[in-house]
Amino acid sequence: MEFFIDRFPLYLSGAGVTLTITLIGAALAFVLAMAVGVLGTMRNPVARGVATFYTETFRGIAALVLMYWMAFAIPQLTPYEFDPMFAAILALGLNIGAYGAEVVRGAVNAVPRAQIEATIALNMSWARRTWSVVLPQAWAQMLPTFGNLVIELMKATAIVSLIGVTDLTRVAQEQRSATGETILAFSSALVMYFVIAQALILGVRLLERRANRRLGRAPEGGSGLLALLRPPPVTATGGGR
Amino acid sequence: MPQSDLLPGGAPGAGGPLIRFDGVVKRFGANTVLDELDFTVDAGERVTLIGPSGSGKTTILRLLMTLEKVTGGVIWVNGEPLSHMRGKGGLVRAGEKHQREVRKRIGMVFQQFNLFPNMTVRQNVTEGPIHSLGVSRDEANQRAEELLDLVGLGEKIDAHPTRLSGGQQQRVAIARALAMRPEILLLDEVTSALDPELVSGVLDVLRGIAESTDITMLCVTHEMHFARDVSHRVLMFDQGKIVEEGPPEQIFGDPREERTRTFLHAVLDHG
Repeated sequence: MEFFIDRFPLYLSGAGVTLTITLIGAALAFVLAMAVGVLGTMRNPVARGVATFYTETFRGIAALVLMYWMAFAIPQLTPYEFDPMFAAILALGLNIGAYGAEVVRGAVNAVPRAQIEATIALNMSWARRTWSVVLPQAWAQMLPTFGNLVIELMKATAIVSLIGVTDLTRVAQEQRSATGETILAFSSALVMYFVIAQALILGVRLLERRANRRLGRAPEGGSGLLALLRPPPVTATGGGR
Repeated sequence: MPQSDLLPGGAPGAGGPLIRFDGVVKRFGANTVLDELDFTVDAGERVTLIGPSGSGKTTILRLLMTLEKVTGGVIWVNGEPLSHMRGKGGLVRAGEKHQREVRKRIGMVFQQFNLFPNMTVRQNVTEGPIHSLGVSRDEANQRAEELLDLVGLGEKIDAHPTRLSGGQQQRVAIARALAMRPEILLLDEVTSALDPELVSGVLDVLRGIAESTDITMLCVTHEMHFARDVSHRVLMFDQGKIVEEGPPEQIFGDPREERTRTFLHAVLDHG
């Protein structure tokens, strides 16, 4: 305990870096997922082609290798050099965004056909239909998987320690070399990762609740913070009828 | 671009029937649902389509609402081709823009209501007018309040659709369709999904609309009393063709075709 308390500021700054990369990477992944996911549901073959190209490319590339490529190959290929943190955010955002795009596509396609027909009967344009009917309904369905992806992204940020960014993993490694306390050094990092993950899960659950309430579905599994930390019970999906 | 043909006012064929099906064929795979169908509906006319399920009644409404595409033939609305547009050397299949222009005149109420669960009742009713017709928010709100009063749900305007009964949801759906000020209202088995005790409330609303407006109605229903009270003309369908048509008194009182008689017998026994 003393080990941890003494080094808490160091671990905290490492965790801050980890969280920063996670949040900016998640924001990038979210924007990409939404844009590419919606493109993937369009009838236009060019739009669908772009979406398929992006998802298949970036799902198939290891984020670690992509990050190395951006950090080390780009400076050789071009006169530019990426800040290591920027390279990491870009690599992770592109990678997780590809998974997210598939989630968006699936959720959009799962909006009942009857809802689309109602928008046609109201003569809505494609853009209006997507914005005010399809995405708000698909949103509630995307969130649980988005929650998983954010956690995946957060854990994957550990790769930045390999290109010299002092994140939580890097702090743990440095403390281990400095003190020789392998167990304590890494255990401390594990606890911090766990705490960050719980905070992220809590955030996503709050969003899920709000989304379901907007669709007129009562939140299940009780209320309060503890209920939010428990996974929601599995319910039959579909329909706010 | 043939859009100039679509400007309101100079619609060719005005004065003729409001809706004309001209040799309309609809197939789903190898299954022919509508077979060279011809019929017309005049402006202000209320027509009920009856017949066994699978006889193509709902498909007619869905084709009019452009939810399905015709396999053959042409549908005309107020002298404009709905399924097609005027292109070089004749009619070509309609694009999205043309369809949006022509279906402005048409509204539809669905069997399963299809209200938007992510919106309140008010938003359900104002969304179309504001974003499809370009009506101001104030005007759309005022119209929504009037229409919801008309269907007896004025006090539910800020409620969530999922908090309403099926009958109430369907009345909201009727208000939502009327908010678009359609000339043609399509009613697709609007009471079939309702508990029996909720049916009469919805039918009363529709009777009121039929009596107080000259809106053209095409109605698919199994409620034969409603059909008899409200419609000017009844079309009896079987296997994608019109078997018999006439005023409700004749169809229900003195059907000429054996197929109509057996159908009515079966339905009325159940009712």
